[in-house]
Amino acid sequence: MLLLQQIINGLMLGGVYVMVAVAFTLTIGMLNFLNFTIPALFMISAMMFWATMSGGFGEGFDALFGSVLPIGAQWVVAVVLALLAAVLCSLIIERFTYRYMRTRYGDATEHAIPLVSSLGFLIILEHVVIMIWGTDPLSLESPFGSATFRVGGLLIGIPQLISLLLSIAIVAALHQLLKRTKIGRALRSIAENPDTALLLGVDVKRIVPVVYVVTGLLCAIAGILFTINYRTVGPYMGEQVATIAIAGMVLGGLGNIWGAIIGGLIVGLLEALATYWFGADIVKVPIWGLLLLVLVIKPTGLFGQSAIGKGKF
Amino acid sequence: MSGYVSAQLSILCLNIIIAYAIFLPAASGQLNLGAGGFAIIGGYVGAYLNSSFDGLGWIMPISIPLAALATALIAFCLSFPILRTRGVYMVLATFAFAEVVAGIVLNMEVVGGAAGFPVDGHADISVLAPVTLGVVVFCWYLMSTRFGLALRSVHDDENVATLFGINVRWVRVAAFTLGGLLGGLYGALYGHQYNYIEVQNWNVLFNIYVLLYVLLGGTQTPYGPLIGALFFTFVPEMIRALGEALNSDLIADGRFALFGALIVLMMVFRPEGIVTRTLIERIVGRKSALSES
Repeated sequence: MLLLQQIINGLMLGGVYVMVAVAFTLTIGMLNFLNFTIPALFMISAMMFWATMSGGFGEGFDALFGSVLPIGAQWVVAVVLALLAAVLCSLIIERFTYRYMRTRYGDATEHAIPLVSSLGFLIILEHVVIMIWGTDPLSLESPFGSATFRVGGLLIGIPQLISLLLSIAIVAALHQLLKRTKIGRALRSIAENPDTALLLGVDVKRIVPVVYVVTGLLCAIAGILFTINYRTVGPYMGEQVATIAIAGMVLGGLGNIWGAIIGGLIVGLLEALATYWFGADIVKVPIWGLLLLVLVIKPTGLFGQSAIGKGKF
Repeated sequence: MSGYVSAQLSILCLNIIIAYAIFLPAASGQLNLGAGGFAIIGGYVGAYLNSSFDGLGWIMPISIPLAALATALIAFCLSFPILRTRGVYMVLATFAFAEVVAGIVLNMEVVGGAAGFPVDGHADISVLAPVTLGVVVFCWYLMSTRFGLALRSVHDDENVATLFGINVRWVRVAAFTLGGLLGGLYGALYGHQYNYIEVQNWNVLFNIYVLLYVLLGGTQTPYGPLIGALFFTFVPEMIRALGEALNSDLIADGRFALFGALIVLMMVFRPEGIVTRTLIERIVGRKSALSES
């Protein structure tokens, strides 16, 4: 029974990893770019959510919103602010990574520049947050209490369950967007070859920011869900969560959305079970060991296509 | 020499060594995000050999080279599976390697686990400086030899390099192994400089920073990592000093955010790194035989 509980916990945790892994895999699949700002976007949105809920912006801010909105609706503002912050940051980042590279060199993947710039943004955002709120983890009251229900002795948290379902629903919607809509077709043509897409009449300059907006939204939702479920935030939370999400993405195969879902759930499960069997200290060894093994045996991951991620840098 | 200056110089020396450890594979087009893995192996092997209480108690001139050689051996064995991967996959595989090493060492009770491990022998700046000089001169010389040319040709185009009779696989293995040797040397020296090591010294951010030293300095010439390490060591300190001089807490506290902004701007204005072949041509005023490409 305890094992089954751990499996459920692992799947719930996997739900958060799924969203972040899909964000990674989308940028890599469409733009061939390992976006290292995703941890920062995740962290920024979580911090925004926390700050609105727990008075991190100071009293003036709270008074202003308290007069406009009833107390119970505070979380709506928090969600909106978190989404806005992540999307805004993501669009700024787009200017300095993909767009800049393309206008200057006609090709955004030949150099290591997007990678390095995104690492630069990771450093900026992390340290801006440290400047404002310090390095200590901060805790938060859940706006929904500790709502749980039991199924035959198994404890299931309602926020966790909702977040798992939500993340799968969002990813399914994203899949439909890519498959059926005009924007989706344009995005897939850019993934094949940006120059050909341009020749075929795709407005690459206007379509590419869509990837960044979606990335920002996915990270923000993941950040909010993580904050509600685990009720602590901190400037380094992005690294901790996103590095494991990267492992999930690679397990599933780069550029494959459904692969990212399965990979994310696998690492979530692995983390919960490894913690249960061996303790929390060793949790990184099975995850990264599995990743190393998969990369060496099948370098494209479980469901990946071989064409993605082989750019020279 | 005041304590502050010698402490800063020690950090600089260590940073230069680890920058060259990542530079050698990067010069042949392999991005290695696993500097921490090598540093941990070198650091802990060196500490175990040297520590008289928990370890073997060997003297420093033996423990440091042995640690570097042990790391090189591991890097050699690791290079075959890792070099099967390319591009993003290689970055992630090396990163996974570093995480696995960190996770294993964190759980090894024989080297103290999370509590860290003490080192007896002390390597101060009078040891670090000559070793660093040796590393720099060695790498500069190496890049001017036939092997250095081979590295650069593999970086520019593997297929053409193969056509010219270069064994691409062995060049890459050699570059990765030499990188491991220097990474182990860095780890061992770090342990002997601070007399204490713990896994948390070499976390995710460390791996990222070291890769940035090299990419910001520029991988085209052997001078790049030196400049990159200088930049990364002194610019945050300079921003801090500036903040103190202006009495501005904002600048002093936000120095790393400012520094991140500098990185982004550097990539906008000097995408191939600070030092490039064309820059050297302009400064020296002539084209050297090596800088035509």
